[in-house]
Amino acid sequence: MDFEDFKHSVSSGLPMNRRSALKCVATWAGTGVVWALVGGVPKAFAANAAGAMAAAEAGASAFSFVQISDSHVGFNKAANPEPLKTLQLAIDRVNALPAKPSFILHTGDITHLSKVEEFDTAAQVLKGLPAPVHYVPGEHDTLDEGGGKLFLERYGKGTLGNGWYSFDDHGVHFVALVNVFNLEAGHEAKLGADQLKWLADDLSAVSSSTPLVVFTHIPLWTVYEPWGWGTEDGEQAIAMFRRFGSVTVLHGHIHQVIQKIEGNITFHTARGTAYPQPEPGKAPSPGPMLVPPDQLRSYLGLTSVTTVQGGHTLALTDATLV
Amino acid sequence: MKWIALLIIFTCISAPVFAADAPAGKMMTKIVPNQITISEYMFAPKVLNIPAGTKVTWINHDEVPHTIVDSSSSKIFRSSALDTNDSYSFTFTKPGTYHYFCTLHPQMVGTVNVAVAK
Repeated sequence: MDFEDFKHSVSSGLPMNRRSALKCVATWAGTGVVWALVGGVPKAFAANAAGAMAAAEAGASAFSFVQISDSHVGFNKAANPEPLKTLQLAIDRVNALPAKPSFILHTGDITHLSKVEEFDTAAQVLKGLPAPVHYVPGEHDTLDEGGGKLFLERYGKGTLGNGWYSFDDHGVHFVALVNVFNLEAGHEAKLGADQLKWLADDLSAVSSSTPLVVFTHIPLWTVYEPWGWGTEDGEQAIAMFRRFGSVTVLHGHIHQVIQKIEGNITFHTARGTAYPQPEPGKAPSPGPMLVPPDQLRSYLGLTSVTTVQGGHTLALTDATLV
Repeated sequence: MKWIALLIIFTCISAPVFAADAPAGKMMTKIVPNQITISEYMFAPKVLNIPAGTKVTWINHDEVPHTIVDSSSSKIFRSSALDTNDSYSFTFTKPGTYHYFCTLHPQMVGTVNVAVAK
């Protein structure tokens, strides 16, 4: 099945009412196209032609957070000579949201080469975000001599293993998974037995009616095996999610939006803020993808997630930096 | 009609010139003895045969970093992350088959076969 078929099967496999929500519904602040999806009950959102952000303003009970990913601070090649500038643009976008997010999730590759100065610069710039940030590492954050020591010293406090953890907010259970350590030749990424055991323990205390949000760097499902865009033992984690009524799995790593819905589980991959990568199999290698400079910002972006208290609705809104 | 014919002739003349130019632009990927080039997330040559005592150099021509790490648990050789145009060298002193990979992109694998020195 090629990628076009895959995209088609995702949309055609959905019920009609949900499919109607899977379309371009709004412009965000008049500056760009927002592609929006509602996982759960879509009608309130789909009916609102005024725009995605209206959902965030739906009422005082709404709770929202933002995902940013793949900042690659330190990258300086043709695909984006100024990733700091585009990261700053993303941060400006977050600050301009009508409803202040409760927190931000950064799904990895904060830096490009795990250099101390890259971590320092990233931290300085990310201070501009209006709420606390929860991090998971990308493989680019593990390139220091200590193999991830710098990341864990900075962001690993209170986490387990190589940086995994969970927390609860507004009745939603959040799980941060790490799949960028101990990569093996010829294999996809791994969570590892220890982390899977911890995950089973962690979820055993959570009721099936609690909305679950899982975030990790490399997609848990195999987006494209030849490029290593998947997690070998991800299915073992996904199996643990199936009893939950609402599950949203957020990834980074592939620098483009790809979604998949499987039962109650919505898998969503965010754009990066640094540089785009080609669609799976559409280029000889994963890139970076060189696009005309005046189009670059339409390939970069972030994701806003809004939950409505009392319901199990999660609205995912992708916005580009244009 | 004459113009079309001229155009065809011109195209025929110019095409080989362009084709000749293209490999010149790819000079960086020319084969150098005992050098393994990284381009488009691949090691080339993927299999290198050398006598013991040979120094092998990997050079990264991608816009993203790569690493060269012994796939075996002994980790006899392990580079740090090579940014664009960075290189790493290792001298293979013991005969044997050495599999290696990029820890950032584990689908990237290669082999160095080291024969007894003559």
